[in-house]
Amino acid sequence: MTVRTAELLMAVVCALCSVGLMIKSAELNIGWVEGRGPGAGAWPFWLSAGMLAVSLLTVYRWFGRVTAESRSTEPYLSRENLPVVGVSAGSILFLLVATHLIGIYAALFLFLMFYLKFVGRHSWPLTSVLMVALPVFIFCLFEWALKIPLPKSVTEPLFYPIYELMYS
Amino acid sequence: MESILPLLGAGILEALQPVNLTMIVLGCAIGLLVGAMPGLGSVNGVAILLPITFLVPPTAAIIFLAAIYYGAMYGGAISSITLGIPGASTAVATVFDGRPLAQSGRADQALSAAAVASFIGGTISVVLFTLFAPPLAAFALKFGPPEEFALMVLAFATFIGLGGDDIPKTIFSILIGLVLASVGLDIISGQPRLIFGDISGFLHGVNFLVLAIGIYGIGEMLWTLETTRGKVVVHKVRMSFRDLLRNLADIKQYIGTTSLGSFLGYFVGTLPAAGATPASLMSYGLAKTFSKEPESFGKGNVSGVAAPEAANNAASTGSMLPMITLGIPGSPTTAILLGGMIIWGLRPGPLLFSEHPDFVWGLIGSLYIANLVTVLINLAFIPLFVKVLTLPFTILAPIIYILCIVGGYAPTQTMHDVWLMFLFGIAGYLLRKLNYPVAPAVLAIVLGPLAERSLRQSLLASQGDMFTFIERPISGVCILFALALMSYPVVRRFRKKRAARNGSAPDAEA
Repeated sequence: MTVRTAELLMAVVCALCSVGLMIKSAELNIGWVEGRGPGAGAWPFWLSAGMLAVSLLTVYRWFGRVTAESRSTEPYLSRENLPVVGVSAGSILFLLVATHLIGIYAALFLFLMFYLKFVGRHSWPLTSVLMVALPVFIFCLFEWALKIPLPKSVTEPLFYPIYELMYS
Repeated sequence: MESILPLLGAGILEALQPVNLTMIVLGCAIGLLVGAMPGLGSVNGVAILLPITFLVPPTAAIIFLAAIYYGAMYGGAISSITLGIPGASTAVATVFDGRPLAQSGRADQALSAAAVASFIGGTISVVLFTLFAPPLAAFALKFGPPEEFALMVLAFATFIGLGGDDIPKTIFSILIGLVLASVGLDIISGQPRLIFGDISGFLHGVNFLVLAIGIYGIGEMLWTLETTRGKVVVHKVRMSFRDLLRNLADIKQYIGTTSLGSFLGYFVGTLPAAGATPASLMSYGLAKTFSKEPESFGKGNVSGVAAPEAANNAASTGSMLPMITLGIPGSPTTAILLGGMIIWGLRPGPLLFSEHPDFVWGLIGSLYIANLVTVLINLAFIPLFVKVLTLPFTILAPIIYILCIVGGYAPTQTMHDVWLMFLFGIAGYLLRKLNYPVAPAVLAIVLGPLAERSLRQSLLASQGDMFTFIERPISGVCILFALALMSYPVVRRFRKKRAARNGSAPDAEA
């Protein structure tokens, strides 16, 4: 896909999102409520209407080839860049899904192993040290110092002995 | 002036409290590192590290974040000079002469000049900040909801008029930020609003940090990975104490233009959307204009490094002025600082000076200390910072992603926000590739609730009469300026077209 095609596609998607937001806002009162001023939906409705207008303007400018992007025939996501960006975005996605399934600490362990060993091709000693040290650092900072418990899912029981040490 | 000095003295003493001083030193060091890393700037550092600051009291937390902001402005020069890649857009102008100096083996001279100039810029701007902040805050006490709203319109108009980006895309960015800020319970009726798919996570709204970390953490890292692919070439820096003293003696070469650039940087920095990047470019141009050897600029002139560095530091302090006194951030970083202050129960604006004088003067005092601390750390540890730049991106990137994920979870403790942050990161990356500016969206999500409240209060008081914004003198002037700024790009284009037509006319005749 070229940058030019992406420019049009993005503007159309933005316009559709704007319409969706207008419909959603219109579920509430978008007019004047006596004694209360503008209705709850008025502010987001008119903002979304503005979004729709500028998105359509971008489409109009695309036809006139006004912007540099609307004239560019270069690839939007080039073959050289796609793997670099795709692997990073994919690994974050994996980290989030894994956090739901096996908890954040186990997910961090696997995420770091994948990123450091298979993407970065770092040595096993360095990978191992960071795989353990970073989750431990995050645990100490958030759970111990900030008292913010992070999601642990099925691995929660493994932390009971540590909680006992922390809170006894 | 006499009334300011005791307050400033008390503020400096507050900043010297052990916890605050530790935060200043830590913040400056982290800021230097973050600023030095290509693709990462103060805004990324402040967004990613804000959740961690819940560990310390609010004053220490905001001092820490302000110190990161400060340090990052110094740090940007390190990568501009040694890598030839600006650490952030604010250090773009530093590359022009910094890189040629490094290539000719004078990286130490360029780095010293950048540090000293940053110190000069920082000092001048902090003094200006101290002088201007109290009277501006006192004046802003006269503001009611219409003035507040008009001021916000003016802030957004500067993005449209001076941002230099595609105008429809800039407006889209502002509007989407405002819409995202309106998700959740309506501030007046309490009705649930824009709750997509009846997902309960939307009931508490979209936290500004979720958008800021998504865009500046995940989105920006993807962007940096794409543009640099983690491959950089570092120029070696060797600097002994004797070299340092010799380099410091260069100061007389650039003190004049640097001071001028500092004043310019400060005032440009106070304008939202303008900020440190145009300030540094303007200061560079000014230094070149006033130089006796303008032809040496771009080939390795020390003044060409000093001028933009002084201006970007001055601009960072300048951008804090409207944030503290009016509650209108002057840059994306100050927008995040403002959001942080709201989390801590501090409402930036004119009342801050009377309600929380300890905090305000502590923050101002910390700027003085941070300026000194940063220049010392910078000069002492330049070789160390250069070494850190050689850290492979494949180690840095996962650490930043982890901090983003955990930082996105911490404020509300729901995975809903983390998923939203991921989506914003991807969307921000895709939009940025098409030249949609992302900074206005961050500014808008922070200002959104305040803008809506002031608009609705104004309309309620005026029984729906929109002319209330024009009839009141202060808001009328703001709206007038906003209209002028919004029409400025159109006028400029029209004049350009006319000039081109006049220029091409003789050709056509010929």
